[in-house]
Amino acid sequence: MTEEAIFAGFGGQGVLSMGMMLAYAGMIENKEVCWMPSYGPEMRGGTANCTIIVSDKPVSSPIVSTYDSVVALNQPSLEKFESKVKPGGVIIIEKSTVPVLPTRTDITTYVVNGNEEALKLKNLKVLNMIILGAFLAARKTVSPENLVKALYKALPERHHKLIPLNEEAIRIGMNFIK
Amino acid sequence: MGEIKLMKGNEALAEAMIREGCDAYFGYPITPQSEVLEYLSIDAHKRTGMVVLQSESEVSAINMVYGAAAAGKRVMTTSSSPGMSLMQEGISYIASAELPCVLANVMRGGPGLGTIQPSQGDYFQSVKGGGHGDYHMIVLAPSSVQEMVNYVGLGFELAEKYRTPVMLLADGAIGQMMEKVELPDQKPRKTVFPDWATTGKIAGKPRRYITSLNIKPEEMEKINHILQNKYAEITKNEVRYVTKNIEDAEYIFTGFGLGARICTKAMEIAREKGYKVGMIRPQTVWPFPTEIYNKTSKNLKGILCVEMNAGQMVEDVKLSVNGQCPVEFYGRTGGMLPSPDEIIEKFEECFIKGGK
Repeated sequence: MTEEAIFAGFGGQGVLSMGMMLAYAGMIENKEVCWMPSYGPEMRGGTANCTIIVSDKPVSSPIVSTYDSVVALNQPSLEKFESKVKPGGVIIIEKSTVPVLPTRTDITTYVVNGNEEALKLKNLKVLNMIILGAFLAARKTVSPENLVKALYKALPERHHKLIPLNEEAIRIGMNFIK
Repeated sequence: MGEIKLMKGNEALAEAMIREGCDAYFGYPITPQSEVLEYLSIDAHKRTGMVVLQSESEVSAINMVYGAAAAGKRVMTTSSSPGMSLMQEGISYIASAELPCVLANVMRGGPGLGTIQPSQGDYFQSVKGGGHGDYHMIVLAPSSVQEMVNYVGLGFELAEKYRTPVMLLADGAIGQMMEKVELPDQKPRKTVFPDWATTGKIAGKPRRYITSLNIKPEEMEKINHILQNKYAEITKNEVRYVTKNIEDAEYIFTGFGLGARICTKAMEIAREKGYKVGMIRPQTVWPFPTEIYNKTSKNLKGILCVEMNAGQMVEDVKLSVNGQCPVEFYGRTGGMLPSPDEIIEKFEECFIKGGK
């Protein structure tokens, strides 16, 4: 199993930490992981993305031409990465921030009503965990239990009280994928 | 087995420095390696007592390295391309004074102030001597976060064995990306210093004196001979490289650092397409693994060298191959990265579609 994914969106939506948590969870499952953030002008201009690779084999290259899955949390990200999804791959988009849907028919698109659900939980910051829940349901890269373990491992203890809310967010996200 | 963590290349480099018993780090922040100084500032001094100091410029950082190395201490600095250019004079002095130290260049796009994106444009500067005079550094090219860690320990070992500066030639991507890494156990800092170190005049013993200035040309030529003999020794003993799938290979992809990682992916794609492609990756780019290229190229239809620059290591590949097979080049510059697909396209254009 090798999953080559890219998570992209605005700065502040938590795309980088979302990828990092997936990497931690992959490590808990003894998989090989590589997380590569954008850190250049695009980051300073307000958009951010990270490539995340989780695999049973050593990861050859952090730079890939095409992806098994793309998570796009804004329109420019979808426009940039839609063409880079492998045939048969997956795009996950956030409903309110990506009004124009992908046009490709050889891939599966999941629309997640992430911001609305995050509002219901009274914390917009859990958007990324809702999306990551949907991602896990669609791709089964790691188990949701190990993702929660990763949160405990990666987050400083003062934030641990927020983890149950994040667990809830992950569960809500998973329910979007049927 | 050591502790396993998920770490950024820059942070892993800093952690390795602490664990390898480094006595001092002097540096000046520059993207994409600022995390090194940031990480060391947290608690390195508390953990081992090592000195961590942000100097006022790269010029002073390298001269602080010169001073600490002369006192026999394990010392490091890190920078990125434009900062490394500022250090070149100091590196030449350190090489001439035969002092051990480890430097890391987390390269970014140039020339000039350039970009902050990953690049490999400083190969010539590092390998051919960026400062003045006939000197070399041992240059290690890490291609993973794990090698960022391993080469700190190896770097100090080689630097101290040969009394020479050692360079870790990394790039912004290796510095910024996170991978699983096994960390070495904490080593104690040195308590015994070499007999050449300037640790204070001992009564009844001659003064120790370290300089790179020798006004008499006869003396300076002798020093050059000592250096050249040392470089010959290093070239004989310290060449390091890895190969993959070269046994049945008709073609070789080659590159160093991140370029080699991307090549590995391209090799996997090429193999799926039925092309017999293998890989050679130098881990030391100085001394360069000339022999393996020379030996392998006798049975090859071609070599494609991939770098994040306009073609630098490819010159050493060509010298090694010495005309025994065609050598082609593909590179991206200014902080852009070659993709595996682009490499395959270039490969097919050069060697398959009625190429040479």
